Amino acid sequence: MASTKFSEITADGLWHNNPGLVQLLGLCPLLGVSSTAVNALGLGIATILVLVGSNFAVSVIRSAVTDAVRLPAFVMIIAALTTCIELLMQAFTYELYQILGIFIPLIVTNCAILGRADTYASKNAILPSVTDGFMMGLGFALVLLVLGMLRELVGYGSLFGGMDLLLGPMAADWRIVVFPNYKEVLFVILPPGAFIFMGLLIALKNGIDAHVKERAAANAAKPAVGGKRVRVTGTIG
Amino acid sequence: MALVRITSPHARGNNRTQTIMLWVLGATLPGVAVMTWLFGFGTLINILLASCFALAAEALILRLRKRPVVFFLSDGSALVTAWLLALALPPYVPWWLVLVGTSFAIVFGKQLYGGLGQNPFNPAMVGYVVVLISFPVEMTTWPAWRGIEQALPDLHSVLGLLEALQRVFLPGSVPTIDGWTLATPLDVVKNNSSLTMDELAASGQPVFGSLGGRAWEWVNIAYLLGGAVLIYKRVLSWHAPAGMLLALGLMSLLFWGGSGSDSNGSPMFHLLSGATMLGAFFIVTDPVSGATSSLGRIVFGAGVGILVYVIRAWGGYPDAVAFAVLLMNLAAPTIDYYTTPRTYGHRKAERGMGKAD
Repeated sequence: MASTKFSEITADGLWHNNPGLVQLLGLCPLLGVSSTAVNALGLGIATILVLVGSNFAVSVIRSAVTDAVRLPAFVMIIAALTTCIELLMQAFTYELYQILGIFIPLIVTNCAILGRADTYASKNAILPSVTDGFMMGLGFALVLLVLGMLRELVGYGSLFGGMDLLLGPMAADWRIVVFPNYKEVLFVILPPGAFIFMGLLIALKNGIDAHVKERAAANAAKPAVGGKRVRVTGTIG
Repeated sequence: MALVRITSPHARGNNRTQTIMLWVLGATLPGVAVMTWLFGFGTLINILLASCFALAAEALILRLRKRPVVFFLSDGSALVTAWLLALALPPYVPWWLVLVGTSFAIVFGKQLYGGLGQNPFNPAMVGYVVVLISFPVEMTTWPAWRGIEQALPDLHSVLGLLEALQRVFLPGSVPTIDGWTLATPLDVVKNNSSLTMDELAASGQPVFGSLGGRAWEWVNIAYLLGGAVLIYKRVLSWHAPAGMLLALGLMSLLFWGGSGSDSNGSPMFHLLSGATMLGAFFIVTDPVSGATSSLGRIVFGAGVGILVYVIRAWGGYPDAVAFAVLLMNLAAPTIDYYTTPRTYGHRKAERGMGKAD
């Protein structure tokens, strides 16, 4: 897990040790703001930025901070970065800032961020730490985005509504109405829908993993072609 | 007398799941008949649609789970879930609403937990709450009942079969009919703030019948009859319904408030309005998601009764059987923990924290 190989860091962050689907960390924002794709994307990007910044800063100071005070120090770093992101969002994407509301300051309490700082960045060099932060953040943001798209699709019958809140006027007409005359399904838009779709996503991930494992096992267990006589003398060629 | 040569246990009675489920279905028939008489074909269409959707959803999931499809379908449990949900839905709801409710009940409420016997919540009520939260407008539109014309001449009730089918299958194409829907008695009493009960009764609003909520009293009495048959046939035990009805009666007696404008309605009104009797005999008695022992069932029923009254009187919804049942389903394991009956060989029942595990 604590590998410094970039390919392994990437695979860990995006799939094998995904913060949303495997570690189940940061579920509060994951479930709270994933009602539409734009909310999910906004919070996902904010989380990536904080995670990359905190992993970088923690990695830089990792030999200067003693074990006893490391957690307060990490939390201070994360809080400072979150405040920066909050101010930036307030300046550039004000409407989205208002929609996401309390969930932006709550990035501080996202366990995925403190978790990465403590288990990875405080023990590794700067470049792997930053990569780890980016990949973990990307894994989290992707789960958030898929969840947001699913809930927007089932809840509102459309996709990418209100993208201009995040990406400016050029995204104003990105909204795709998938089902015309759709009846809003409040249950999916409200928090219970998030839990159910999250459960389905986790089930899907585990199902894919099980399937891959099964196929790998089936391939590995192929019997050797040719005669099955037991060699009793000589060396095995 | 021919002896069957098999090893024990020798249960030869009619206690198979299918028999019980068929009895339950049969016992709803008086209620179905009264509802069809009052509201027209809507109830029957609901039942038909829900049954088809439920069986299809159950068959699909059983196939995915690689379980024997015919064996599990023929136990009738999916059918019971579908019927109870269909009876709880207002007549003439659009077909897709029945589809969402039933498939959610079967797939998420039952099969994802492992099928019959594994579900912690009553599947029919899970489906009902999902559609109630998702589609509040459709779910609170109750049609006026047969005979309303005598009380309020500008209302008309009971659609013809063709019109009913049109409303269910092509909900967009039918113009809204004026004076076709009616607030339920529980709704009227809940929203009343200025009239005394006598004024309310005299205001022309068809609220109070001779026993309970007007028209709804007959629906409730029909379910009471069906439930009584089930108890007589020992399909159900009396404990859970008695607990619920007593608790609801007691609560409504304590917080009656007389006949003033802040009255919450009389005990008879609460016992014979809304989904009280359907809930008491067909929902609270679910053997899977309720409590197990006799004492536990009384406690479980009483909890439902209290919650129903609390939500009806002070909550946000006019009726509350579904919410109350789901909340008590959550409490059922705890109730079981503290009400384990005495087992043979022990002088006292071993229950609760003092249990020697």
